[in-house]
Amino acid sequence: MTAAEWRIVGFTLEVAALSTLVIAPFALLVAWLLARHRWPGKSLVETLVMLPLVMPPVATGLILLKLLGRRSGIGHLLDRAGIEVIFTWRAVVAAMMVMSFPLLVRGCRVAFEEVNLRLEQVARTLGASDARVFFTISLPLARRGIVGGLVLAFARAIGEFGATIIVAGNIPGRTQTLALAIYDRVQLGHDADAYRLLGVAVVIAFVALWISETLLRGKGR
Amino acid sequence: MRLVLDGVRLALAHFDLEVTAELTSRVTGIFGPSGAGKTSLLEVVAGLRTPHAGRITLDDVLFNDVPARRRHIGYVPQENALFPHMSVLGNIRYGAREGSVERVVEVLELGPLLQRGVTALSGGEQKRVALARALVTSPRLLLLDEPLAGLDRPLHARILAFLQRIRDEFRLPMLYVTHDPTELAAMAEETVVLDRGRVVAVGATADVIAR
Repeated sequence: MTAAEWRIVGFTLEVAALSTLVIAPFALLVAWLLARHRWPGKSLVETLVMLPLVMPPVATGLILLKLLGRRSGIGHLLDRAGIEVIFTWRAVVAAMMVMSFPLLVRGCRVAFEEVNLRLEQVARTLGASDARVFFTISLPLARRGIVGGLVLAFARAIGEFGATIIVAGNIPGRTQTLALAIYDRVQLGHDADAYRLLGVAVVIAFVALWISETLLRGKGR
Repeated sequence: MRLVLDGVRLALAHFDLEVTAELTSRVTGIFGPSGAGKTSLLEVVAGLRTPHAGRITLDDVLFNDVPARRRHIGYVPQENALFPHMSVLGNIRYGAREGSVERVVEVLELGPLLQRGVTALSGGEQKRVALARALVTSPRLLLLDEPLAGLDRPLHARILAFLQRIRDEFRLPMLYVTHDPTELAAMAEETVVLDRGRVVAVGATADVIAR
């Protein structure tokens, strides 16, 4: 592995970790609302959240490009604040966030649903507010499932390709992640380089999945 | 205590719970076969289920729109629902009012167990922890759902003695759900008999049992 290749691996891990950290609080909130509350528009939100899971990633990337481009409202605001997104590392993070959000929401939702509702009810009769019930009962009891979901979302972010290439491009040293670098090497016919990176990708994915599965399986204990 | 359930209605899986009753004795038994709606009735009183109709008042305060956490009604479900990730003391302290823990721990003889995890406790110990956790909130009403179910005979008698001690020392109003007439006789002054969601008899416990 060359220094440049290690930098690609490091960059990928960093942006994937950042993406996972940023979406975590939102995913937890949405998952909790979906698991434990009934509200108008719930099924619409449910569908919207899951959409990136079934849409072609390239199409999701295109939507992101339109949303974050200078001519859109959000893009304009970001531009005025001096924050460049498209074709920067921020776009990589944005693509990863959108693509791994549904997985995280789903993981957390299942984790919350598996918490015995009675425990939360009893906590309420003991005077606990919704927030206290969440932080002292639901969250600690769902933690294994949540951490499993976080690891899975992180792994999904690392593998992100389709949306990223549209919204962030494939710029070496700037936006090139592991997946994009493999694609690049294959395109250039540098098979040996591609396989080296492939090996790294397999190891990362394996470790992440193994951790996630172990946590999820051990949940009952 | 004066708990008034006025036309309280709740749709259950196979029938509607429909209760009108005025409960004024210190310990009121809620008696009936399993599936009669006894637990659902407790849940309505605790504020965990919203009735479709009717009024619930406790000491002349309308409780319909008061959320569970502001009702100050202690609830001990049949399965205890102890917080498995907390110690005995963590469970008891969860909703405790200041200065209330010591006495409750003493009455329920929980001193030696305080630092233990709750999942390793025996059934009788778990029941005492669940009772203590509700008692330390100084509730205005205590709801007990089949507190002796699933305990073997010697333990049955021991926990019953604890319940009687709670009744006499804390002088708390209670709703006591059971399907066992001997428990009723030991605990409740008055009894409401429920069957398929309807009140089929109300009166002094001895009279109700005699019928």
